[in-house]
Amino acid sequence: MNHLRGVILCCGLLVCWQVLVLITGVPPYILPGPLPVAWALVSHFSILAGHLGTTFAEILLGLSLGTLLGTSTALSMIISPLLKRWMLPILVISQAIPVFALAPVLVLWFGYGMASKVAMAVLIIYFPVTASFYGGMQRTEPELLELARIMGAGRLEILRTIVIPSALPGFASGLRVATAVAPIGAVVGEWVGSSAGLGYYMLHANARMQIDSMFAALALLAAVSLLLYFCIDRLLDKLIYWQPNQGTSL
Amino acid sequence: MFQQAPEISLERISLAFAGKPLFHELNLRLAGGQTTCILGPSGCGKSTLLKLIAGVSPLHFSGDITFSSGLEQHPVAWMGQNDLLLPWLSLLDNVLLGPRLRRERTPEQDEKARELIQQAGLSGYESALPGTLSGGMRQRAALLRTLMEGRQILLMDEPFSALDALTRVRLQNLSAELTRGATVILVTHDPMEALRLGHRIIVLAGTPIAVVEELIPDTPPPREAGTTLLNTHYAHLLSLLMQGAPQ
Repeated sequence: MNHLRGVILCCGLLVCWQVLVLITGVPPYILPGPLPVAWALVSHFSILAGHLGTTFAEILLGLSLGTLLGTSTALSMIISPLLKRWMLPILVISQAIPVFALAPVLVLWFGYGMASKVAMAVLIIYFPVTASFYGGMQRTEPELLELARIMGAGRLEILRTIVIPSALPGFASGLRVATAVAPIGAVVGEWVGSSAGLGYYMLHANARMQIDSMFAALALLAAVSLLLYFCIDRLLDKLIYWQPNQGTSL
Repeated sequence: MFQQAPEISLERISLAFAGKPLFHELNLRLAGGQTTCILGPSGCGKSTLLKLIAGVSPLHFSGDITFSSGLEQHPVAWMGQNDLLLPWLSLLDNVLLGPRLRRERTPEQDEKARELIQQAGLSGYESALPGTLSGGMRQRAALLRTLMEGRQILLMDEPFSALDALTRVRLQNLSAELTRGATVILVTHDPMEALRLGHRIIVLAGTPIAVVEELIPDTPPPREAGTTLLNTHYAHLLSLLMQGAPQ
């Protein structure tokens, strides 16, 4: 049923798009219809696939590194109250500065290659991952910690057996947000300065008025982002097996 | 199962909370190898008393807590009002939480845990996650986890209060059977529970808290509810609690 719903939703959006183009009579260099975009996707697929590979690698690397950094920071903060006092203001400041404004600086520091885009993705996901994991660990039931201490458990064992698993549902929410925003970091990085990737291809196509190609790149980016999100979502559901996503609604 | 369970003595215990004296020079002797039920109105400091014995109270107190075993802090097992089962662990792993946390889990302990699970009527649920069990089954698992600690002192803080009447009675009986011989300190606000399970019942009330009654029923626990004697005691204990409860 879920697959059918997805197909119906996609078809519905495509039909709406086509109807909008027909009704408004908007010129194709502003908004091309879905058919020219599909044709551009097919005819330029080999070029698009190369750029997609670059962007996907940036997203995946950014997501992995950002998650690693975020979870390490959260763990350090929960282990050491001293480190927490130093890290917390830095974390808040890191969110006060608009990450996009840092893109030119990152390109200057890390160059036009993949590193600056990965850094951008890392910066954008670092906060949601850190905050969600740290918050989850902090919300561990005090009674559970008390019980573990009465049982004679060491700090490491309490962390491993109780605190980290307690934080996983919260961490999962943060990682889902991170997965949704990581492509933004990579593409914005490509816009500022790059020689490959879907963001670069979009700028290139836009400058040449190949709007259908630009939309083809956009569609590909959306599809890959969606696929990545669903893969991570499934993975998290398997990881947090004791709290299945029940799709609660009011 | 429990041999020579130690006696616990609390001498001149004084403790203030939020600027008010909770205990002042409180003296208690909790007999070894018996179940002592501490009865008192909600919020009178019963749970704090248990935490002092367990050595985990963050509050500063004066006075002495000694164990006849001679140990400065005798190891205890704890059972609270909430089952505190870890939802990501199976029932068997939850029962074996203590050994797991201390990195002492052995095949022999696994075997013992399985035996206890069978005794508690939970056979077949060893792999079940707590989320799939009923409230009564979860609390039974919590009781088994407490017993698996193999401690001679068991501290129980209103362990059956969240259960329905029938499950409560069944679990009280199971608890009385499995904890026989241990030094059990059971905190409750239910006079009937105290009368059913306690070798000795201590009623605490007032501010600062003081022992207002000590009752030693003639028959050994668990006692059947509804007998004339128990009902008489019940009415007496209830009136004491009502007098001591904050208005």
